[in-house]
Amino acid sequence: MATTEEIRADLADIVNEVAGVDADDVQLDKSFVDDLDVDSLSMVEVVVAAEEKFGVTIPDDEVKNLKTVGDAVAFIERSQG
Amino acid sequence: MAALTTTTGAPHAAILGVGAYRPVRLVPNSDVVDAIDSSDEWIQQRSGIKTRRWAGPEESVQMMSVAASRLAIERAGLEPGQIDCVVVATVSHLLQTPAVATAIAHELGTDAAAFDISAACSGFCHGVALASDIVRAGSARYVLVVGVERLTDILDLTDRGTAFIFADGAGAAVVGASDTPGIGPVVWGSDGEQFDLIRQREDWRDVVGTPDAPGSGVMPHLTMQGNPVFRWASFAMAKIGQQALDAAGITLDELDVFVPHQANMRIIDAMARSMKLPSTVKIARDVADQGNTSAASVPLALDRMIAEGDAKSGDTALLIAFGAGLSYAAQVVTVP
Repeated sequence: MATTEEIRADLADIVNEVAGVDADDVQLDKSFVDDLDVDSLSMVEVVVAAEEKFGVTIPDDEVKNLKTVGDAVAFIERSQG
Repeated sequence: MAALTTTTGAPHAAILGVGAYRPVRLVPNSDVVDAIDSSDEWIQQRSGIKTRRWAGPEESVQMMSVAASRLAIERAGLEPGQIDCVVVATVSHLLQTPAVATAIAHELGTDAAAFDISAACSGFCHGVALASDIVRAGSARYVLVVGVERLTDILDLTDRGTAFIFADGAGAAVVGASDTPGIGPVVWGSDGEQFDLIRQREDWRDVVGTPDAPGSGVMPHLTMQGNPVFRWASFAMAKIGQQALDAAGITLDELDVFVPHQANMRIIDAMARSMKLPSTVKIARDVADQGNTSAASVPLALDRMIAEGDAKSGDTALLIAFGAGLSYAAQVVTVP
């Protein structure tokens, strides 16, 4: 089972690849939109890449609830159950 | 039972010539931002669009189609009278019947079989698939395929999701017999579960209404749910592009040119990443200047790449178009 930190680190790599954000900046308390400047289209790309990486499904309706990196990591942890 | 005689067509079909018509009026982002409370920077960041072409009163669906078609026919080395089938892909010819294809054929000077197809943004690639099969079946020798839109007629200039995206124009291609395969197998399909993602908002009957329940009286407009469309287009369609390459037996290394529907630069970039296109592949990016012209976008973009030398005669090009329906079609073609 992946730890919270492992999921965060993998997600950081995805955000880096999609949006060019420094992976070290992708910390749990950071907001995708306000802190990392990830817009909604980039967010879609992050979500699709995360689904493949973590083997989870993140419905469109759920994406708007994933405001911070921590929200996304928590959702992935719950989904991996 | 009497035996029927049937036709035998050409062994292979190819695109013989491409033409385009771009409306004269170039509309910068600064002209559309006020009505949608937006900015040039926001539009460019979200779509890569800097300007779009919007048709004037004289630039009708028919007029733009005929102009693009004349160029395509001339470049194919043909006379209009040799065209024996005209297929027009459009969703913005606002006369429900007859098909605008017949008027286009007549103005060009041919009494060819002529009909319209409705497959929205994917219409041109559907038309190329039909044309290839028509030539190979022997139902016609030279098929003119037109993709044309005057989307400004059905555009809500106050809709933040669509007003800055859609535009007008026409592109055309002539398909005829070839000694070698010039049009690969089509990979096409639909996802009607997502019928509402991109659609005309109102049925015409709701606009007109009844004596008891008057309609809105307002032209129906295009609506689009951007994020789910982006997701579908960027990822599901990248897989369809790969399938079209596989169906034609073409590897990524053999691909010279990628001409995706010019929906949005972000979709084009995401598709290219998702497909892992080599950096040697030239990618159509006409949307930045032209906007999204739905059925016209692929031939407009291909015409520009040929004109600017990015697509050379004999190059292998992947065409893929996708949009309302949802519907999609993709095929590999040889650049004429």
